[in-house]
Amino acid sequence: MNYNKYKGWLYLLPAILFLGLFMVYPLVDVVVYSFEEGYNFASQSFSGTGLYNFSYVLHDPYFMQAVKNTFIIVIITVPLSTGIALLISLGLNSIKPLKDFLQTVYFLPYVTNTLAVGLVFMILFKKTAYSDGLINALINMFGHDSIDFIEGPYWAKMFVICFYTIWIVMPFKILILTSALAGVRQDYYNAAKVDGTSKFRTFYKITLPMISPMIFYLVITGFIGAFKAYSDEVAIFGTNLNAAGMNTIVGYVYDMLYGNSGGYPSYASAASLILFAIVFTITVINLMVSKKNVQY
Amino acid sequence: MKVTLEHLTKRFPNRNKKIKEDVIAVNDFTFEIPDGKLIGLLGPSGCGKSTTLNMISGLEKPTSGKVFFGDDDVTGLPPENRGVGLVFQNYALYPHLTVRQNILFPLQNLKGKDKLSKEVMEEKALEAAKLVQIDAYMDRKPGELSGGQQQRVAIARALVKMPRVLLLDEPLSNLDARLRLQTREEIRRIQIETGITTIFVTHDQEEAMSISDMIVVMKDGIFQQMGKPQDVYDKPVNLFVAKFLGTPAINVFNGEIKDGKLYIGDDAILDVNLENQQVWAAIRPEGFVVSDNGALKCTLKQVEVMGRDTSVISLNDNLDGISVRSIIPSDTTINPVNGIVSFNIKPYKIHLFSKETEERLEF
Repeated sequence: MNYNKYKGWLYLLPAILFLGLFMVYPLVDVVVYSFEEGYNFASQSFSGTGLYNFSYVLHDPYFMQAVKNTFIIVIITVPLSTGIALLISLGLNSIKPLKDFLQTVYFLPYVTNTLAVGLVFMILFKKTAYSDGLINALINMFGHDSIDFIEGPYWAKMFVICFYTIWIVMPFKILILTSALAGVRQDYYNAAKVDGTSKFRTFYKITLPMISPMIFYLVITGFIGAFKAYSDEVAIFGTNLNAAGMNTIVGYVYDMLYGNSGGYPSYASAASLILFAIVFTITVINLMVSKKNVQY
Repeated sequence: MKVTLEHLTKRFPNRNKKIKEDVIAVNDFTFEIPDGKLIGLLGPSGCGKSTTLNMISGLEKPTSGKVFFGDDDVTGLPPENRGVGLVFQNYALYPHLTVRQNILFPLQNLKGKDKLSKEVMEEKALEAAKLVQIDAYMDRKPGELSGGQQQRVAIARALVKMPRVLLLDEPLSNLDARLRLQTREEIRRIQIETGITTIFVTHDQEEAMSISDMIVVMKDGIFQQMGKPQDVYDKPVNLFVAKFLGTPAINVFNGEIKDGKLYIGDDAILDVNLENQQVWAAIRPEGFVVSDNGALKCTLKQVEVMGRDTSVISLNDNLDGISVRSIIPSDTTINPVNGIVSFNIKPYKIHLFSKETEERLEF
């Protein structure tokens, strides 16, 4: 009978082993690395322990640039993409003809490869010897000079990356929001109609609270996703993000490990722990806000 | 407020796109609902009751025909300008708002010269809540209330604006049997207290008959009969109405009229003043009187004692159905002879319908 007690553990063993080996151990290791000063991969040796790694990272101008970039991307793309997705979903929800067709069109970016989309954006924005890109052609039409979006001023590059990020995360948000909207029973709208509720009040007082759990889900996952941005930047600006001034925190971690200036697992670990602290704090704040506002 | 429907018709395009013909949900309805009465709109599922209600509320536009409230033609008016209160089958209470906020909701929509001050709104909401006896739960969310309480909140929300007409769509179908009895009395009480013309939709004939001043019976979008519940029960205009009203259901026999007598099989039941023809003879369960030399002979199958009365189940070859169900006083003794039980039939409990048209035949 004692035998049964261990049976459960036996069944759990494969999962525990795999998770332990590939998740828990590396996580613990990252924490350990971040306190080991001057750790060397090849010799597996370090010169001392302390907070030096954190201090180095926090004083590294490249890291501060990456933090600034990441925050700008997060602050711009998360509210904008959620807001625009909500508008598009409301539109999709209120039309009948072409609804299925348009839903498919809006979902296409989701199934398209990130790098392929990056290529399309290159064509739209990149200046080459032969053309200034489609967007610049449009800008020229309005009598403005061309802007170099890929290698030009900081705000132009930031515009492109934000535009790209919003565009790439939109399909998933539209998918979630249209199904959330479709889940609001027609009865509520009929009840509101009989009571003479204005369109705006119906949206603000009925639709929005009804789909608020989904909106908060999207905001939270959106924050987490945007803080971890990296591949989008590579797709547009190439791998040398520090030179472009467009690096993100995850990009900085990667560079510290494998980039041209790489080979510093201690710095990388410290930077990723800082990122973890930021994401954790923001998520906790998000959850606290949503608990107050999502009431059922 | 008197409500009048004039040739009201609603057609929907067929869901199956291959069929060009429209589905007629409501076909040429004309009837008048008197002021201050409680009307039950009754019919089997899918007969167009809810569509009729939605056209009265304005949520659905009629294909043709008119709706009048009093003398006003409201056919073209949107729901908010009609002054109707509507209670939905599943209540449609806003789950994120408290009972108070739900009841206040219609009042907060008022604009311009109708706009009310906060105090007046609160007062009116409390008044409506008191009317339906839900005032103790003002700060709860609908999810924290029982089905019956939610129903009351829905009624309060519909009443708070003092509508000209109150519409209830299957108001009791989501409640359990006990609560249903209680709530239907409650609806009756509220209707009498407010005096608002109330129309409610139901498929449950017992529910409709028990609380309505008048019932309207429909079938397949076609108006069948309107009248006081007892009148409709006692004088159904056709076989459908006769079968639809009453539990247990009416017993329908194949009958024949020969030389001024109604025959069921070889049994002459009663004298009638009609030409020779085949008829449906429908007999209410309570119309049977056990008698040793009764006219109608049936094979006794089973006797169910129910306390107050006794239900006798028997067989007859001419029945359009499985078994004859009759209800007799519990103090009656049944002496079957060779398994045959004989009944006399109360003449006013038997209805004759033409075999061709299924319309009522007076005899």
